[in-house]
Amino acid sequence: MAALIRRYGTGLTGIIIALTTFWLIVLVILPYFDLFESSFRPYLPAADVGGPKDVYSLSNYITIFQNPAEFNIGLFGFTFPISVAIHMWVFVLTILFSVLTTLTSLVLCYPLAYYMAKVIDPKRLSTFLLLLVVPMWVSELLRAFAWFILLAFKGPLTIVLQNLGIITDPIHWTWGLGGFSGVIVTLVYVYILFMLFPIYNSMTSLDTNQLEAAQDLGAKSWQTHWRVVVPHCKPGIASGCVTVFMLAVGSLLVPTLLSSPSSRWFTEVIYSRMFDENDWNGGAAYAFILLFVCTIFVSLTMRLFKVGLADIAK
Amino acid sequence: MTSNRLSKIFLNIYGILFIAYLLVPLAVMGGAAFNDSKFPSILPWKGFTLHWFVDLFQDSEMMGAIVNTLWVAAAVVLLAVPIGTAAAVLLNSLAGRSRTILYAVMIAPVLTPGAVIGISTLLFWFKFHVPAGLHLSILGQTSFIASYVMLMVLARLQSFDGALEEAALDLGASHGQMLRRILLPHLYPAIFTSAVLAFFQSVENFNTTQFTRGAQTTLTVYFGSKGRSGITPTINALAVILIGITLLGAVAFEVKRRRDAARMQAPLA
Repeated sequence: MAALIRRYGTGLTGIIIALTTFWLIVLVILPYFDLFESSFRPYLPAADVGGPKDVYSLSNYITIFQNPAEFNIGLFGFTFPISVAIHMWVFVLTILFSVLTTLTSLVLCYPLAYYMAKVIDPKRLSTFLLLLVVPMWVSELLRAFAWFILLAFKGPLTIVLQNLGIITDPIHWTWGLGGFSGVIVTLVYVYILFMLFPIYNSMTSLDTNQLEAAQDLGAKSWQTHWRVVVPHCKPGIASGCVTVFMLAVGSLLVPTLLSSPSSRWFTEVIYSRMFDENDWNGGAAYAFILLFVCTIFVSLTMRLFKVGLADIAK
Repeated sequence: MTSNRLSKIFLNIYGILFIAYLLVPLAVMGGAAFNDSKFPSILPWKGFTLHWFVDLFQDSEMMGAIVNTLWVAAAVVLLAVPIGTAAAVLLNSLAGRSRTILYAVMIAPVLTPGAVIGISTLLFWFKFHVPAGLHLSILGQTSFIASYVMLMVLARLQSFDGALEEAALDLGASHGQMLRRILLPHLYPAIFTSAVLAFFQSVENFNTTQFTRGAQTTLTVYFGSKGRSGITPTINALAVILIGITLLGAVAFEVKRRRDAARMQAPLA
């Protein structure tokens, strides 16, 4: 603090600290705390707020375990009926499919990042990067909308495949994977560049001599990748995974556009609890659950890849 | 050696396929803007038309949403850029544990789902009887966009030599002069880039805005909440215009970059 005043004078230091404090206290910490606090209070008409009924309880959280319903899980051709609370089911599926989205993006991006960092003709790299960056400047809404068009029932994809003679009857593209196929395909498409660029950036700093050394010492290609490239790229991979998972699990737009009749995303449940049922405190509880999951995911990733927060936030 | 060559061929093909994967859906969406079909699609092709572009400019609700979007984005830039810059300067003057903790708090909004930010902003200001509306969207968006600005300015500060500030002060510059003439000029590239980024982040924001907007709409919310039923190819017409602007910007940038690169090499030849 003293160093700051000596350097910038009291006036400027005051402004710097005021701006930062306004941001962190008024825009971040107090609203987060309020979310946490509200989530334990019942939803009451305005007249009862602060009255005898306004007591702390876990009831907003418990609803996630209530209202069981029958669901069928299809696995390897068998179907198992199970009975789970509806919101719990949505919650678990949202996390599973967000993890699937993350892993799919990782598998698709790794070879491409390697290609861009180590294989491509350097003269062509800038054009290649330009072609990648253009879709990134197109908004998320439009990228999701593009797949809404492509995957429509009797839409372009169906017509093309029909004309090629690959399929005969139109297919409900968004009905696969328990009704989540459209959502997953689109989430991967919309967020894939957030996986690609961190991995690519971490790969560019890998010395090509190391690859040659591994090869000269007799490592097979997969060994070189597993023992040399992947360890070097850990921060990039971790950063990409965290970003894609967070964006996928918190997405509201993509599930709204591309869900099937049988699928719901956890954010949609939060939204309807807030604005259809007008239960803001209930929404706060579920929002807090979502935040909690993200925190767990970030810390697990940091532990798994042994990286720090600064590596992830790049 | 041959296996290397083979994998190189595969990777080249993969690279091309990947670009196609990124671009074909956008081309299909753009093409649909010219199709004379009520549902936005490129196939079945029902004839060329430009009337979706005409409809676009006659859709007063959408025009209102565009104006709102631009206002919100401008406000977010005006708030987030000074905040993020100040926070980066503050963080840069710290070391040790206080820096680590402050850094974690500043990063937290980036690692929070937009819906959560939206809900917490809505609930917090409601306590002070501030109703929902785009003013809350501005505050919600600023809370995490300021983090991006902070990260970019902080990265730029790494290459700043603090001794320059000392020298300016020793030579009799006031603190204000030192800021204007030494520190800010060094940070301008990062400030400019982060302002552009903040603007685009705000324009395309859906999650935070959706929970805080009240009855007002921005462009993304307008289309997002129309859902799947009310969509007509006017959105494709808008997409074509936006992508067109993007392409022009990207090409202009690339041409300038190549010209600069050529100029750098010219004296050698």
